Amino acid sequence: MTFYSPVITNAKEAVDNEKLHLFKYVEDPDQPKVETYETHGGYRAWKKVLSTMSPTEVIEEVKKSGIRGRGGAGFPTGVKWGFVPKDSTKPRYLICNADESEPGTCKDRVLMERDPHGIIEGMAIGAYAIGCHLMFIYIRGEFGHCAEMMEKAKEEAYARGHLGKNIHDSGYDLDMIVHTGGGAYICGEETSLLNSLEGERGMSRIRPPFPAIAGLYACPTIVNNVESLATVPHIINRGAEWYRSLGTEKSSGTKIFSLSGHVNRPGNYEVELGFSLKKLIYDPAYGNGIRGDRKLKGVIPGGSSTPFLTPDMIDVKLDYESLVEAGSMLGSGAVIVFNEDTCIVWAIKKLIHFYRHESCGKCTPCREGTAWLEQIISRIEAGLGRPGDIEKIEEICENILGRTVCPLGDAAVMPIQSAIKHWRDEWQYHIDQKKCLVKSEFAF
Amino acid sequence: MILTQESVQRIKDKQAQYPQRKSAVLPALTVAYRQVGHLNDDVYREISQIIGVPILEIAEAATFYTMFPKQPVGKYLIQVCHNISCSLLGADSLIAYLEDKLGIKKGDTTQDGLFTLISVECLGSCATAPMMQINHDYYENLTPEKVDAILQQLRSEA
Repeated sequence: MTFYSPVITNAKEAVDNEKLHLFKYVEDPDQPKVETYETHGGYRAWKKVLSTMSPTEVIEEVKKSGIRGRGGAGFPTGVKWGFVPKDSTKPRYLICNADESEPGTCKDRVLMERDPHGIIEGMAIGAYAIGCHLMFIYIRGEFGHCAEMMEKAKEEAYARGHLGKNIHDSGYDLDMIVHTGGGAYICGEETSLLNSLEGERGMSRIRPPFPAIAGLYACPTIVNNVESLATVPHIINRGAEWYRSLGTEKSSGTKIFSLSGHVNRPGNYEVELGFSLKKLIYDPAYGNGIRGDRKLKGVIPGGSSTPFLTPDMIDVKLDYESLVEAGSMLGSGAVIVFNEDTCIVWAIKKLIHFYRHESCGKCTPCREGTAWLEQIISRIEAGLGRPGDIEKIEEICENILGRTVCPLGDAAVMPIQSAIKHWRDEWQYHIDQKKCLVKSEFAF
Repeated sequence: MILTQESVQRIKDKQAQYPQRKSAVLPALTVAYRQVGHLNDDVYREISQIIGVPILEIAEAATFYTMFPKQPVGKYLIQVCHNISCSLLGADSLIAYLEDKLGIKKGDTTQDGLFTLISVECLGSCATAPMMQINHDYYENLTPEKVDAILQQLRSEA
């Protein structure tokens, strides 16, 4: 019996489109093999870096490319690398964050399953840039199959001399550890990830010090998302100028968008930043419209932690600046589509249940606030809402936002606030009439 | 001893990779979970002896991570994703369907000890929804027919 269903990608388009690079070979079943990866130009960037570039030159090139972190925060990758103190005598560590758990996001998984060497090559280049000799990939525990793919690829990379001692006669040593987590969303947050990797409960740390100064084992540490690192070899091979020419002026490059929910063709699509959200949802080559010919109710454009957009707002470009302007965020690039049959209170109940469950419990506003929010939202959904509940939700949200050590609290609040802003009447109806305005009964 | 010689060796091999011994806690828990099916104080005690980390610290970490069951579960642990993308494509009705087919409620184990049914948070399978994880494998793009076939297959293998 086959377990995994291959997710739809636009790899065919990527084969013909010179601008797309992350997905070019993901439909080639041999791509995970090191020989095939090398035939497709793999590890060329790594060799180039080792033989012709200084760490500073690598950092400068990645800075110039303008690539920003693809995990959600959008911080410039090269700038982050530059934060590692040059004069530190401590070991430095690079960690690839593969704890993909933001609801709606399923893109890093495709890269691990189908192009694992691309990730290793990007990690190696990042490691070299910051002077690291031991790098980690932290994979969420449920992705056992991804960990197996990465382990296998790692062994192959060692066997071909891409990792290990005196790599390609450069004098540079680099080792790699594949680490798996235990099913905690919070460990995608970098300081919680560090605690988890140290064998502790995955609870966030107060910054400063930032991980680049004192991270894993109190040593300088850089944590980068899978997609960000997988992009790095392409930047080195084709140059920062080429990468800058993709996307928009301020949001350069391509991005993988995970499209899920009520669309006809859910899948992972690599497109240039600045791509139309409307096109992603409706174009037959991508989402191919709303399932069952229903009307659109709303879209979450960047993973469950980002504010909703309403149908009149979807004529927006998918890049960092345009989505902020539209009142939302690019986040992890997980586009979740809701049709008109979705009760907004029901949808938010699902989300707040998640954040309450995943709150690590360190900060009172998040720990207590998400639990109160779940209680109130659940009672509204069950037809037991009380007058003043909406205002109470708003007040609790205000008291969580910006008052926690890590962004989980903000992430819990932002979709709720936007759902009340856009559909306040529906919330009021639910309280007054003690039932849904539209019933979310979805068959599978 | 609960952990087999093979599991003990795997834990030791994993620990040898890390600069600090405590980093082996999660890898050790993972190896133990894969062998035993759940974790408890006896398992923590053995891990503690293998990796040289106090049992309290093992338990402290283990109880944070929800992926590891802390009570015995059925031979097949069915974990249905109930998060938003799966819910939009029928996770609630998938859970109801499984409850009906297995004759149990969510959270329970069948009398023959074969199946435990629970629902879990997002498993990163959003574009292949709805889905469930059974033990360590993903089953995606589920339909009633697929679910029937999967259950039948597992029953015949049991």
